[in-house]
Amino acid sequence: MQIFNTEGSCARAFMNRSFVTIADHSREKIEYLIRMAQEFERHPNRLLLQGRVVATLFFEPSTRTRLSFETAANRLGARVIGFADPKVTSGTKGETLKDTIMMVSNYADVIVMRHYLEGAARYASEIAPVPIINAGDGANQHPSQTMLDLYTINQTQGTLDNLNIYLVGDLKYGRTVHSLLMAMRHFNPTFHFIAPDELAMPEPYKQYCSEHGIRYVEHQDFDADVIAGADILYMTRVQRERFTDLMEYERVKDRYLLKLDMLSKARDNMRILHPLPRVNEIEYAIDDDPHAYYFQQARNGLYARQAIICDSLGITLEDIMEDRTII
Amino acid sequence: MDMTTNSQLHTTPLPTREGQGGGSRSLIVSALDHGTVIDHIPCDRLFEVINLLHLDQMTSKVTIGFNLKSHKMGTKSIIKIADRFFTDEELNQLSVVAPNVTLVIIRDYEVVEKRPVVLPDELHGIVHCDNPKCITNNEPMATHFHVVDKQQGIIRCHYCNHEQDIKNVKLV
Repeated sequence: MQIFNTEGSCARAFMNRSFVTIADHSREKIEYLIRMAQEFERHPNRLLLQGRVVATLFFEPSTRTRLSFETAANRLGARVIGFADPKVTSGTKGETLKDTIMMVSNYADVIVMRHYLEGAARYASEIAPVPIINAGDGANQHPSQTMLDLYTINQTQGTLDNLNIYLVGDLKYGRTVHSLLMAMRHFNPTFHFIAPDELAMPEPYKQYCSEHGIRYVEHQDFDADVIAGADILYMTRVQRERFTDLMEYERVKDRYLLKLDMLSKARDNMRILHPLPRVNEIEYAIDDDPHAYYFQQARNGLYARQAIICDSLGITLEDIMEDRTII
Repeated sequence: MDMTTNSQLHTTPLPTREGQGGGSRSLIVSALDHGTVIDHIPCDRLFEVINLLHLDQMTSKVTIGFNLKSHKMGTKSIIKIADRFFTDEELNQLSVVAPNVTLVIIRDYEVVEKRPVVLPDELHGIVHCDNPKCITNNEPMATHFHVVDKQQGIIRCHYCNHEQDIKNVKLV
């Protein structure tokens, strides 16, 4: 079974420089975007996009992602248009996605789009005359989150190669863990899956690992001994609404909570990541522990998204290195 | 190209009352002078193929053989359609409903083409995506699938990445 083979569509997406899925990207491209993001971390405030218009179309509310993209655009000097609430759009009057995209393409140089339907970003990238950046399409993809995760892993470990990455919580529905798993295929990782049976890593993704030579281990326990082997501990939320059997939820809900004493044997280089929002899966006392890194991870979203926006507009790493518009 | 003669196509032996008693006779069906033979149709797919190709609305001669003996398949069905040739689009649809049937084109009593109808690598506008949250089910647009495993008949939606078994698909 093959989860992704998007070479044909990749060619089209690359032609108009859309950013639809991380599965399109080679190791070299990922490393290139990380280098771009590093430049933005050094100098986030520039006028590189002065005179450009970035549209943020959020057909599904997502405050965190929208603010991150809008901040990225604003800090580069672009103007931002768009909507945060789909109720105010003509979609409620029956307008098709195509019509909305074609209309906005007349005004904006790039469209950042969040949509509740799966495949919406791919479709938009095929019809729009301007690049589309996928800010999440239903349960399908959220590639800018993956890009910031990769950036953060590289930042904390100094490399993306040969790492032990522990994925904890909802591995069935969590698109961030699926995308991360696929993006890491270039870097010889070993994954460790820690999840209740109902939310275990789906079989196609395990097959994907086997086909791409990615080692993985499944754990029943979640304790200090298991965590001792981790370079990255990627926590996700176990949501009540994901369970068909609520008794099962009650039984497992506390088994995947990270508590401070569970870090007693953790490696010094180990960092805890979380796509946020957190509810209770990471004890608040951990926030002050040096292993906690989720808030810095969220900040990295700004740099990663600055890189994604610039790349989609054809601005190169060289352009950024030679940029004289730093504020 | 295998130039099987047209006459070979209408001599598929069928057991008869006499045959069951020890002898056997051939079922004689007149040869096509011009048209298409679709052979090696799985029996459980025959009526879907008839519906798909709208054979019930044909005015030319159509001969249908059902539950015929087949060395390759055990039992098979066969359809002979006079004066009708199919487009690539129709054949792509046929490959979804009944993968690996044999298509035989006959002109002036001669077999001019004989080949299996295999699933193409891509299916455009032929089948529905079974994911209700897929953009293709919510926007006036053509579907697009990648055939990821021809042996197992697994296709993947180009848009939502959802995989489905070709046996369970609904045609557009």
